Amino acid sequence: MDDKTIIAKRVALELRDGDLVNLGIGLPTTVARYVSPGISIHFQSENGIIGMAPVPGAGLEDESLTDAGGGFIGAMPGAAAFDSCTSFGLIRGGHLDVTVLGGLQVDELGRLANWMVPGKMVPGMGGAMDLVCGARRVIVAMTHTAKGQPKILKRCTLPLTSVRRVALVVTELAVIEPADEGLVLREVAPGVTVRQVVDATEADLIVPDLVPTMPLTPARPAVPA
Amino acid sequence: MSKALSAAKAAEMVPDGASLLIGGFMGVGSPHRIIEQLVRQGRKSLTVIANDTARPGIGIGQLIDAKAVRRLIVTHIGTNPETQRQMIAGELEVELVPQGTLAERIRAHGHGLGGVLTPTGVGTAVAEGKQAVEVDGRTFLLERPVGADFALVGCRRADYGGNLDYSLTARNFNPIMAMAGDVVIAEPGEVVPIGVIPPDEVVTPHVLVNHFIEKGLCHGR
Repeated sequence: MDDKTIIAKRVALELRDGDLVNLGIGLPTTVARYVSPGISIHFQSENGIIGMAPVPGAGLEDESLTDAGGGFIGAMPGAAAFDSCTSFGLIRGGHLDVTVLGGLQVDELGRLANWMVPGKMVPGMGGAMDLVCGARRVIVAMTHTAKGQPKILKRCTLPLTSVRRVALVVTELAVIEPADEGLVLREVAPGVTVRQVVDATEADLIVPDLVPTMPLTPARPAVPA
Repeated sequence: MSKALSAAKAAEMVPDGASLLIGGFMGVGSPHRIIEQLVRQGRKSLTVIANDTARPGIGIGQLIDAKAVRRLIVTHIGTNPETQRQMIAGELEVELVPQGTLAERIRAHGHGLGGVLTPTGVGTAVAEGKQAVEVDGRTFLLERPVGADFALVGCRRADYGGNLDYSLTARNFNPIMAMAGDVVIAEPGEVVPIGVIPPDEVVTPHVLVNHFIEKGLCHGR
């Protein structure tokens, strides 16, 4: 299983039946593929829809039905469309249960940087600052390192997306929970040791006596309705 | 008098140096025919307020390609390398704004408010130079209203009087911008008789719309 699949599968286990969820572009988008059968998630796309779904088939694209990257999508029965103020009212107003975002860096205070690399890449924040500020739970889904360099640092060196502490960081090596006392190592990926995670992390990690292995499938198979 | 006019006539109303609110999200819901005419007519030094600049060759990206824009207020330029190139070369001034903040700043202008207080951006680069306001122990940023000389909005339908409705995710910033332009020009996919859009389904009331782009005749042509 490749790194991104591990991350997406683990993040999917964080979603609860009935949640309103916003997935960022890229790796976070793939989380939708691994939602446990038997639960129903409402996916929001910040360009103005709740109830996004895959395009139902070839030739059924609608040029007015797209995701935040401009790609064609479909809509679930019961979907709702709205303008950008309503969309961000949902996000900022505390109506969004979970957002899953990619990350460039996370630091010991649980702060995320993911919108620019000064002098190199300035894509802009899009909806990321509002999402991190307003979603009930913020989950960062990112690779643990970039070109061998740690992305989980003592202090972010890149401009922050928000000063708010994120709820969870999921990488191909570990699940880390930022808490009052610091970054707590909650799980390690199958076949990965605590030592490997610590070595790949610049920030200090709090390592509990028991660090379980990351589950990648639901604990109990869902009972068909 | 009819509010209908051609895309070319609409573009002629926009002088060089004008500020434009342009609807659309990655080109979806943008007023493509007006944009095309602005490019064709060689408009320059525009200020564009929009969600993004789509991609090169698409939607607002066409205005970027034509170097028609001098100043840009947007949330995201990551999908348009040409926008980034012009910004880095100093040809284009770019202000990046969080998406929810941009929507509310435009709404504030259109709704006659002196600004909005948002928690988004507190403690980040976005907060630089902005007034922080405490309300009930929480810190917010004062974000100022933003409007423009023209709002160019894409919509699903306009009726003969200028009532507008929208389609799915092509709605995005369009109805918000239709409140915030001194002159509002709509580009509908369809022009329909009055009454076809029932009052409950009108999103932008006709009084806001100064002009809309005529359908054009296309039977067999």
